[in-house]
Amino acid sequence: MATNVAFGLLRMAVLIAAVGQGPIAGYDIAATTTYVWLGQGLMAVVVLWGDQRLADRVRSGDVVVDLYRPWHLQFALFAEDVGRAGYAVLVRLAPPVAFGALFFPFRWPSIGTAPVFAVSVALALTVSFGMRFLLNATTFWLLDNRGVQALYTAFTWLFCGLAVPLAFFPGWALPIVWSTPFAAMLQAPIDIFLERGSPWPFLAGQAFWAVAVLAAGHLALNRAVRKVVVQGG
Amino acid sequence: MVEGVYAKLVGARLRGQMSYRASFLLQCLAQAVNQLAELVIILVLFDRVSALGGFSVSEVVLVYAIAGTAFGIADMVAGQLDELPTCIRTGTFDVLLLRPLSTLAQMMASDLHLRKVGRIVAGVGALVYALSHNDIAWSVWTAGLVVLAPLSGAVIFASIWVAANALCFWIVDGQELANTVTYGSNAFTSYPATVYGPWLRRFFAFVIPGAFVAYYPGLALLGRPDPLGGPAFLGWISPLVALAAAVVAGLVWRTAVRHYRGTGS
Repeated sequence: MATNVAFGLLRMAVLIAAVGQGPIAGYDIAATTTYVWLGQGLMAVVVLWGDQRLADRVRSGDVVVDLYRPWHLQFALFAEDVGRAGYAVLVRLAPPVAFGALFFPFRWPSIGTAPVFAVSVALALTVSFGMRFLLNATTFWLLDNRGVQALYTAFTWLFCGLAVPLAFFPGWALPIVWSTPFAAMLQAPIDIFLERGSPWPFLAGQAFWAVAVLAAGHLALNRAVRKVVVQGG
Repeated sequence: MVEGVYAKLVGARLRGQMSYRASFLLQCLAQAVNQLAELVIILVLFDRVSALGGFSVSEVVLVYAIAGTAFGIADMVAGQLDELPTCIRTGTFDVLLLRPLSTLAQMMASDLHLRKVGRIVAGVGALVYALSHNDIAWSVWTAGLVVLAPLSGAVIFASIWVAANALCFWIVDGQELANTVTYGSNAFTSYPATVYGPWLRRFFAFVIPGAFVAYYPGLALLGRPDPLGGPAFLGWISPLVALAAAVVAGLVWRTAVRHYRGTGS
């Protein structure tokens, strides 16, 4: 929590130094502070930096037990992740947003936007889960996926809209940054919360990526099962 | 003989890291991307504004490059202290106390993240770029400062790492707090101190001497007076600040280890 707030304050200072000279791409001071604190909260809900649990189980060979169980491994892990995220909404999203709303100019959306925002967060979580599952699944082939993992984290930070709103990117780069799954994981729900235009294009993009990464994960798992090597068996 | 032990420890770690070659190269690349991502952010912001905290784009890149190189070196040498809170909580730290070697040196030698070379290389690259795009009055003094500033900065960062993590001997689960000051000061030092409000600045610039990592040396290189009103010599005393920080960090560590009691786990 302390880290989260400190980083929020540092990021906010840099961005305010920029938008304080005049709004950028529709982001004024209130929109920028809202963006920062919402981002600080959402990053823990959707888990932007990847997780290692499945990868560790693949490395140790424990994954064989998971594969023997009468469940679909991908959906079982997804169910677990949804539960985790629900808890994170209470303890990781609400506090920084409350902090931002109390101490800084904050832009609340209209009541009607709230359910759309909730759907968008759920889709963001689905995309993020799908990406993390794929990352973990690479362990079946690489055995050590820390390199892929580290590269993923570096790109997430830049392209999900955590460091700077994607709208700040120069015009030629906008179609590129908006066509990655990263944008669906953080910037899309934030832009819906800030009511930056119609929510439907954001939701459509998120839904596309949610389906695409889940399907890719399903395929990867099917192929991986035939590849699995029990380490140290 | 004792030095031989450390060399062996580090050597074993390095060989271990190289054993998954593809993963290791990717991790190096990821560190470089991490470092350059901050540069992209700076360039994106300057696509929209012409000054940040009163500094131009090439000046901000200079500050960022000094800070990034310093942080990269410190992270490689001292970054594994992040493991300390876990070691304390699980009781594995007790093992280090049994050996006739310095606990701090053992912690530092317990791992050496060679992949962080990627970050240092990217930092030095940005530094070369920034130096060639700023109007710097070259002399023996400024040339010396270019070399000394990242090194002093690395010592300051490493001292922050040691001191912040040593606090975990008292607050058992202090990882969050330690991360705030270590990674937080990396974020702080990447931009001119004028960007931040007075409270953040007092804490990160002077309580933790982050301003001496890149902001003051940067001003000295650029030949600019401090917009915050500090005297000009501040740009040249980073090595002294680094020395003082290292002494303080060493004392904090010694005191902490002397008062260490296990968590009983």
